[in-house]
Amino acid sequence: MAAFVIRRLLQSVLVLWLMSLLVFVGVYAIGNPVDILINPQADQADIARAIAALGLDQPLWQQYLTFLRQALLGDLGKSFAYNIPALQLILERMPATLELALAAAAVAVLLGIPLGLWAGLAPDSWAGKLIMSGSILGFSLPTFWVGLLLIMLFAVELGWLPSGGRGPTSLLLGIPVSFLSWEGIRHLILPATNLALFKLSLIIRLTQAGTREALLQDYVKFARAKGLSNARVVGVHVLKNILIPIVTVIGLEFGSVIAFAIVTESIFGWPGMGKLIIDSINVLDRPVIVAYLLIVVSLFILINLAVDIVYSLLDPRVRLGGATD
Amino acid sequence: MAVRTARFALSCLVCVALSLAGALSAVAAELRIGLAADVTSLDPHFLNVAPNNDAAWHIFDALVHVDANARLIPGLAVSWRAINPTTWEFKLRKGVKFHDGSDFTAEDVIFSLERPATLAASPGPFSGFVKAIVAKKIIDPWTLQLKTAVPYAMLPYDLDSIFIVSKKAAAGASTEDFNSGKAAIGTGPYKLLRFARGDRIELARNDAYWGGKSPWDKVTLRILPADTARIAALLAGDVDAIESIPTADLTRLKANPNFRLEQKVSWRTMLLHMDQYRDHPPHLADKAGKPLAKNPFKDARVRLAISKAINRKAIVERVMEGNAIAAGNLVSPPVFGHVAALKAESYDPQAAKQLLAAAGFPDGFALTLDAPNDRYVNDEQIAQAVAQMLARIGIRIKVETMPASVYFAKARAGDFSFALLGWGSFSGDLALRALVATQNAATGYGAWNWGHYSNPKLDALLEQDFATLNDDKREALACEAATLALKDTPVILLHHQLASWAMKKSLTYAARTDEYTFARDFRPR
Repeated sequence: MAAFVIRRLLQSVLVLWLMSLLVFVGVYAIGNPVDILINPQADQADIARAIAALGLDQPLWQQYLTFLRQALLGDLGKSFAYNIPALQLILERMPATLELALAAAAVAVLLGIPLGLWAGLAPDSWAGKLIMSGSILGFSLPTFWVGLLLIMLFAVELGWLPSGGRGPTSLLLGIPVSFLSWEGIRHLILPATNLALFKLSLIIRLTQAGTREALLQDYVKFARAKGLSNARVVGVHVLKNILIPIVTVIGLEFGSVIAFAIVTESIFGWPGMGKLIIDSINVLDRPVIVAYLLIVVSLFILINLAVDIVYSLLDPRVRLGGATD
Repeated sequence: MAVRTARFALSCLVCVALSLAGALSAVAAELRIGLAADVTSLDPHFLNVAPNNDAAWHIFDALVHVDANARLIPGLAVSWRAINPTTWEFKLRKGVKFHDGSDFTAEDVIFSLERPATLAASPGPFSGFVKAIVAKKIIDPWTLQLKTAVPYAMLPYDLDSIFIVSKKAAAGASTEDFNSGKAAIGTGPYKLLRFARGDRIELARNDAYWGGKSPWDKVTLRILPADTARIAALLAGDVDAIESIPTADLTRLKANPNFRLEQKVSWRTMLLHMDQYRDHPPHLADKAGKPLAKNPFKDARVRLAISKAINRKAIVERVMEGNAIAAGNLVSPPVFGHVAALKAESYDPQAAKQLLAAAGFPDGFALTLDAPNDRYVNDEQIAQAVAQMLARIGIRIKVETMPASVYFAKARAGDFSFALLGWGSFSGDLALRALVATQNAATGYGAWNWGHYSNPKLDALLEQDFATLNDDKREALACEAATLALKDTPVILLHHQLASWAMKKSLTYAARTDEYTFARDFRPR
């Protein structure tokens, strides 16, 4: 297991390096932030001076080497537009995005697995049919449209919930969170629901399909013949066996929830990383773009690793590579 | 509606200990504004972009301010005059105090004029506004003399862009010190309470403000860049006013009895640049794809033909849904140097065709029109409309649009032969200098003259203009220069857009040509 983890981490370093190179070259090819941000009255000399002051007049390889040297010392550079370290900027926004993503994942899992089980156990009941057709809607409706609809209904028409923004935050273990106050939860409900919708449908469908398949398996019949209670058959024998694909999906989807909460964040004015990266791409704020993508890639790597480890815990037959070699 | 707002505002109060009565009176004097772009920093000398300046204007003042019509008015300087051709004398306002209670003095001005140059690593530095100053002299605590190397009329204009910070608070301060509020000590109408980056800025009234008391005890600037989020927040009563309303929503908001709309012609002019320097500009050929013998844009008749082929009224009414006015000037009507006699070119496709034929292009030609798609109001649609109109006189146009981040780098590299640009200037001569004066890196002329139009007479007139320290004489020169240049159709002028604000029915706003959103200009009715 340790060998497996170490090998995976070494691979990740290579991935991160490649990633930084790609983004660096990509942003360089597009242009530079001075062309976008310079004051319209500025003359040619002002523009040249600003470009030189940011080091953007140097050849690409030199800029990249400077970046690499500093990155190895843990410094990903200062944001051009914010004038503070890019890493600090992203870490400052991260709690908001993580809170939103976790809330959405919680909604998806806590609702999705029971609903999916129900639909799987009673596929022909009206409730089962309703759940399954509802999940099709969750799949097919675009996030931004559902988000707007939620705002129009619950904020504008009914006035029950705020239209956007994050509620007041308080510190939990030094991290600013908003779910500890009622006002914070009110702000969280709509964006979390919106972000959860797709994941919820996915989990419902996976759980339902897995349940129906598992119910036909011999071990379930055997468990029933043994006279186990229905709760134990479903809760232990069925559920544990169908969890592997669900865990994979939750894991992968959690990464994408964090990385792609952008749509929900901008519709609901949620001050997370997604909003930051959009703004940064618009002004070609390279240090922020590079740092953001490096962090997101790291998150994906870590989540995948965690998923692999959870597999082996859920199913003892799964051996992590390295242990069997 | 009112009940809902009160309920929301109440639940917003973090301090539950406040009595209900106290809470309600606090609600009455709070203003919440939804801003359309992110404020990256509260350091007023770091990045010169409109959203940052907008926030800074709430906290800081400059020596010279501009009014709603983009004309100069006294700020921290009560008056200014040129005592000789290269020396400007500014009389400072007496009795002004910074937010920390300390006195505003000439020392703070000197410090503020010197600070931008120390923040060189910025993609949009302020240093260009002070580079003309070669020497500064304090005559007495309320009199300051600034020397320039050559006679320079634009110094008061430049000083509108330099915010005055407190020397005591800002000496050695970093951007973070401004963001945290430690160094954000100004003389402006509001004091900074809290800056939550990417989310909101909270301000409290400065009771000692020299420019009169603001009606709002507390102001919250919410950052809501997504149009839908901003409008939803207004409709839901989560904010009291918003800026920058998309064209499609203007009609809807106008019809809604709960809201008021304030509009004013913006200083931004939409125009098209044409390549007038290369013999074979990129993406320009005859309709069969064969290169043309000469560059048609070098012929003033072709440029005029294009101008005549554009139906500005249709663009204003259809594309902009009435939220623009057709342009015959580089600057919009209230701005210094606008020539009322210069009218928008009238739509005349017949005359345009004749002009094209006379210039030797009876069959027209084919080219690409480039435009950004996320920078100006309806930029992509404007380009499409122009393409269709030019098709009627035989000029076949392919429209290519791209995000501003890609667009401006390509434009600067000379990749375009026909391209859309939006331009805001608070004086006509500045616009002429940037857009149509002959490109010259040494003098700074023609920095945005993508088409390389060149007219030595215009350059000479502009040089004379910028050396004329008397405003009336200078405006006459600026108007003469504009008339001279525009006769040649150096660029195709389209329209001036209207800036819009939407607010609750109970508020009014003194709409501004410079598009800034200032809390102090909102008033309860």
